[in-house]
Amino acid sequence: MVKVQARSVKREYSIVNSVGKKETLSVLKGLDLDINEGEFITLLGQSGCGKTTFLNLLAGLEKEDEGEILIDGKPLSERDFNRGVVFQNYALLPWRTVIKNLEIGLEIRGVKKKERREIARKYLKLINLTAFENQYPHQLSGGMKQRVAIARVLVYEPELVLMDEPFAALDAQTRESLQIELIRIWEAHKKTIVFVTHSIDEAILLSDRIAFMSDGKVNEIIDVNLPRPRFKYMTSSSEFLKIHEKISFLLQEEAERLQSYGAYL
Amino acid sequence: MRTGKHIKNILFRSIGLFVFLILWELAPRLGWVREIFLSPPSVVITALIEMLLDGSLMPHIVASLLRIFRGLLLAASVGVIMGLLFGYFRRVNQTLDLLFQFFRQISAFALFPVFILFFGLGEVSKTAIIFWASLWPILLNTSAGVRDVEPVLIRSVKSMGASKMYTFLNVILPGATPQIFTGIRLGGSYCVMAVVAAEMIGATSGLGYLVLYSQQIFKVPQMYAAIVALALLGIALNGMLGLLERFFSSWRKL
Ligand SMILES: Nc1ncnc2c1ncn2[C@@H]1O[C@H](COP(=O)(O)OP(=O)(O)OP(=O)(O)O)[C@@H](O)[C@H]1O
Ligand SMILES: [Mg+2]
Repeated sequence: MVKVQARSVKREYSIVNSVGKKETLSVLKGLDLDINEGEFITLLGQSGCGKTTFLNLLAGLEKEDEGEILIDGKPLSERDFNRGVVFQNYALLPWRTVIKNLEIGLEIRGVKKKERREIARKYLKLINLTAFENQYPHQLSGGMKQRVAIARVLVYEPELVLMDEPFAALDAQTRESLQIELIRIWEAHKKTIVFVTHSIDEAILLSDRIAFMSDGKVNEIIDVNLPRPRFKYMTSSSEFLKIHEKISFLLQEEAERLQSYGAYL
Repeated sequence: MRTGKHIKNILFRSIGLFVFLILWELAPRLGWVREIFLSPPSVVITALIEMLLDGSLMPHIVASLLRIFRGLLLAASVGVIMGLLFGYFRRVNQTLDLLFQFFRQISAFALFPVFILFFGLGEVSKTAIIFWASLWPILLNTSAGVRDVEPVLIRSVKSMGASKMYTFLNVILPGATPQIFTGIRLGGSYCVMAVVAAEMIGATSGLGYLVLYSQQIFKVPQMYAAIVALALLGIALNGMLGLLERFFSSWRKL
C-alpha cells in the first residue's frame, strides 16, 4: 500500500545572490516519489540536491510551492497526521531529563502523566538507557543522545518517521550499533521510515529501496534485495557490490555534471 | 591538603583588597589625607559595628532593601512580560526596537527630576527611578533570550504536533530562562545604584540618605560606614541573584 505520494513537488527559495540581487533558487524541480507503507526508504544524493528540503515538506515544517504531497491519498496539509523527525543534532530539550524528553510527544497528545511515564519507560528499555532516566542530555554521549532522539519519536507511534543523517556525527562503531538497533526497532514496529544519508554502505544495509536524487528530482529508484537480517559481512556479497557500484556511478556522474555546470557558469 | 589549597587561593585573591585597606589605613594616619575627610577603615568598621549594635543602621538597610525589592519586582514583572512579547513577535520587535534603544540610553538619574515633577518627592518617584534603571537590562535580555532559543528545538516539537502555546511554554520560555535571570541580576546591580540617588533627594531613610545626612552633620566615619554597607548590600544582592541565575541555568552545558 502506498503511504506517501509526492506529485511534481516544487519548492523554491528566494535568496540574495553574490552581487546582492534577489533571485529565486529552485530546489525541488518536480519531484515524484511513492513511499510504501512500512518500508524503509533512503534518500541519497549530492549535497544540496534537496533531501532536507523534501524531508521538511514531509514533516509539514514547510510547504511546497507547486505539486502536491498525499498521505493515504489525502493532501498532507489537510491531514493532521502523526509524523516524527529525528534531527542530525538530536534536538533534545537540554533542560529536560531523558525521560521527560521521551514524554514530549505524549504530553502534546494529552496522555495522562502516569501512563506517559509508563510508555516512556518501555521505550527507554528498548534503547537500553534505563539507568539514564534522570540524566540531562549534556550528560550523555552522542550515541546515547541519538538513541533518545529516535525513541522520543517512536514513543508516540508516528505513521511516518523522517530521519535526516541521524548517524552522521557518530563514530563508526556507535554508528554500526545504532544501525542494528534502528533496524531491530523498525522490524518490531514496521513504521514507514524515510532516511537520509551520505553513506552508500549505510543506505544499502538499512533500506528496502534507495531513491537517488539529483537536481531536485528523484532520478532513479534502486531496490535492495538483500535478505534480512543483514550483517556487516554482506558488504562483500555480489548483490551489495552491484548496488554499491551503481550508486557510486550515479554519484560520479552527478559530480561531473555539477562540475561542468560550474565551469559553464 | 585540599582545604589548605583552598585557603591559599582565597588569601591570594584577597591581596588587592588587603593592600587597599592598608593604604587606606595609612593615608589618614600618616597625614597624607586629613582624617576629617577620610576616616581610616579601623574607625569605619568600628562605627559600622556600633551602628549595627545600637540599632541605628538596620532601619536604613531595611528601607533601602524594600525600595530595591519593590522596584526590582516591578521591573522584573514588566520587563519579562514585555521582553517575551518583544522577543516572540518579530513585528513588535521591529517596530519598537529603535524606541527601546533610545529609552535604554536615557539615564535613570536624568529622569529623576521628571519623575519628581509627575509623582512628587515621595516613594512613587523613588520606585520609578529604580524601576527605570533595572527595566531595560531585564527587558532586553529577556527578548534576546527568546530570540536565541535554538530554532531546531522549536522545529522538533512542532514536528511532533505541538501547538503554539505548548511550544511557547515548553521550549521558548525554559530556553530563555537563563538569560532572563542574567537580566534580573544585571537589573539588580542597577537597582543598588539607583536607590542611592533616589534616597539623596527627599528621603528620610535608607542608606543613600544616611550617606548624605552623615556628611551634612559631619559624622564622617558614619558616612563611610554607610558607603561600605551599600557596597556589602550590593554584593549580597548580586550573590543572591547570581545563585538564582545559576540555579535556573544548571542544565546548560559547562
Ligand atoms: N531556507 C532556505 N533559504 C534559502 N535557501 C535554502 C534554504 N534551505 C535550503 N536552501 C538551499 O536549497 C538547496 C538544497 O538544500 P537541502 O538542505 O535540501 O540540501 P541537502 O540535499 O539536504 O544537502 P546536504 O546533503 O548537504 O544536507 C541548497 O542549495 C540550499 O542552499
Ligand atoms: Mg541536508
